[in-house]
Amino acid sequence: MDKDFDIVNHTADVSIIAYGTNMSQAFANAAKALFNLITELDDVEEILYRDIKLTAPDQESLLVKWLNELIYLFDVEGIIFKRFNITQFNSTRLKARSYGEKVDSSKHKLKTGVKAATYHMLKVDKDNGCKVQVLFDI
Amino acid sequence: MPAPWQEILNKIDDYRWEIPQSYKEGMLVPGLIFASESMLSHICEEQVFQQVANVAFLPGIVEHSLAMPDIHWGYGFPIGGVAATRVKDGVISPGGVGFDINCGVRLLRTNLTEDEVRPKIEQLVAELFINVPSGVGSEGKIRVNKKELDEVLIKGSPWIIEKGYGEAEDIVVTEEEGCMKGANPDKVSIKAKKRGIPQLGTLGSGNHFLEVEIVDEIYDRDAATAMGISETGQVLVLIHTGSRGFGHQVCTDYVALLGEAVKRYGINLPDRQLACAPVHSPEGQDYLQAMSCAANYAWTNRQCIAHWARECFIKVFSKSQRELGMEQVYDVCHNMAKIEEYTIKSKKETLCVHRKGATRAFPAGHPDVPNIYRNIGQPVLIPGDMGRCSYVALGTETAMKESFGSTCHGAGRIQSRSAAKRSLRGADVAQALAERGITVKAGSIASLAEEASQAYKDVNEVVNVTHMAGISRKVVRAVPLGVIKG
Repeated sequence: MDKDFDIVNHTADVSIIAYGTNMSQAFANAAKALFNLITELDDVEEILYRDIKLTAPDQESLLVKWLNELIYLFDVEGIIFKRFNITQFNSTRLKARSYGEKVDSSKHKLKTGVKAATYHMLKVDKDNGCKVQVLFDI
Repeated sequence: MPAPWQEILNKIDDYRWEIPQSYKEGMLVPGLIFASESMLSHICEEQVFQQVANVAFLPGIVEHSLAMPDIHWGYGFPIGGVAATRVKDGVISPGGVGFDINCGVRLLRTNLTEDEVRPKIEQLVAELFINVPSGVGSEGKIRVNKKELDEVLIKGSPWIIEKGYGEAEDIVVTEEEGCMKGANPDKVSIKAKKRGIPQLGTLGSGNHFLEVEIVDEIYDRDAATAMGISETGQVLVLIHTGSRGFGHQVCTDYVALLGEAVKRYGINLPDRQLACAPVHSPEGQDYLQAMSCAANYAWTNRQCIAHWARECFIKVFSKSQRELGMEQVYDVCHNMAKIEEYTIKSKKETLCVHRKGATRAFPAGHPDVPNIYRNIGQPVLIPGDMGRCSYVALGTETAMKESFGSTCHGAGRIQSRSAAKRSLRGADVAQALAERGITVKAGSIASLAEEASQAYKDVNEVVNVTHMAGISRKVVRAVPLGVIKG
C-alpha cells in the first residue's frame, strides 16, 4: 500500500478514505487522517499514550466510535495522536494504544477543528484491499 | 449535459422548486427548495437533492422536506434543511439539528458611527481578539465547576447574566429568553460535560466569528427603528457561534443511541446519519432534554462573548455601555429542533420542527415574538461571508404557512474547504480584505482561505430569494469593518 489515506472533497465538511492491508490498519490510518486534518503530524512526537477499548453493534459503528473517541481525547485532554497500535480487532470490538503528545502552541499549528465523525457516506470495504470512508463535520 | 437539477426539479414559480415524491421510493412527502434558477445552477452535486429526498423518509414528516436557498451538501440532513414531524406519531432526529446544537447569531447595536470606529478598528479588533477566546482547542476565561455547569444547562443565559455577564434586557431579546425549558443534565453524558467545561465562553473555529459591521442599507425604516437601528453608517456587532464541544458530544452520543433505536422501532432510513426515534419514545424525550441542555449552553456562550465584546468597546472608546448604547437587538439559533404549533390542512398540529442551518422566522403577532417586536415580527439574523455583508430580516405569515416559520441562515458554501485553500492563500485573502477596509484577525491564517467570499454563495442572492418568496423580509444590510475568526 503506497499511501495511508486520501482527503476527499465535500462542500461543507471533509471526507477521508483510509487504506490498509487489513481492516485494523485501515482503522489506524483513518485515525491518522483525522489528526492530519487537525495539524501537521511531522511536528508531533510520541511522548505519551492512551489506551482505548471499544465495542459497537457493527463495524461501521465501531469506526465512527473509534474516531469520535479520539476527537473526544483531543478536545478534553488536548492530545494529538500520530501512531495507533490496534492490538485487538474484530467487527464489533477494538483495543488500541495511541501515541502522541499534548498540544504545544509553540510547535503545533492547529489547522482545523473537527466536531465529529458522521455516518454519512460511511463505507467499510473489505474487497480490493481494505478501505474505509468517513465524513467529518468540521 | 443538463445540470442535475433540471432533470429532478419541477418548477412551481421563480423561487419554489419541487422534488416530486416519485424521485426516490420511500419518500413520504415531496421536497420543496426555495431558490432562484441561477442559484440552482451552483448546486453541482446531486447529493444535495438526495439529502432533501432522504429527509422525506422520516416517519411523521408533514407537507414537505424543505430546503432554504443557502442549501448545501451536509451529512444526513442538507445544511439549510427544515423538516416538521408530527409529535403524536413522528420522530425526532439529532442529525436534523446537527453537531453544533443551537449554533446561532447574536446582534448588538451601538450608537457609534463608522467615522468614530474606523480610526480605531485595528485597536478594537486586537482587543476583541485578546478578550474573546477563539480558534481550535481554545479554552474559556471563565471556568465553571460541575455544579455550575448543570446550572448553565438548566437555566441558560439568564444564569450567567445574574453573575454579571450582561443585562437583564438581553434576556427578552433572546430566542426562548435564552432558556429551553425541560433541559435535563442527567440525560447528558459525562463526556459531553467534560468537553463543555473548558470551552464555555469560546468562539471556536471554522465559520464562527465575531464581526464589527456598518449599516449600509435600510430597507424598512420603521422596522429598523424598532430594532434601534436608525441610520446608515451605524456600527453593529455580530456574534456567530454555538454549543462547542458540549453540543458536538451530545449529538455524537445520541446519533449512536438513536441508531440503535431505529432498529427497535423498525424505522427504514436511507442514511444512518438520519438516526431518529419517535418524539414520544424514551429515547426521543432523552434527546430533547439533552439537546435543550446544549441549547442553553450555547446561549450562555454567546452571552459571555457579548459581554466581553461590550467590555472591549468600553475600553477602546472610553465610554460607558450606556453611552455606547450597546444593547442587544436579538439572538436567534439556526440549528435546533423545537415543538411548535401549526395549522396543517385547517387542522392544528403540534410539530417537531427541525431547523438545520435554517432560522426561525415568526411573524408579527406571534406569541413567541418578544413584546418589543410583536408589531413587526421576529428579527432574523443572517450572516454572510466575511467579505460581503450580513442581513437583518423579519419573519412573515408566509413563513408560517409555507416553511414552518423558517428562513435561510447564511450564505451557504459552494466550494469545499480544500478547494478554497488550493485556489487561495490565507495571507492573500487577508490582504484583499484589508484593501477593502476590512481588518481581519484569525487564529489560523490558513482558515481565512477556507472562509473566503469565493467559497460562499452571494448572501445578497440568498436573502433576495427569501424576500421575494416572502418567507422573510429584508430590513437592514450591514458590511464588515473588522472580523475575528477562529
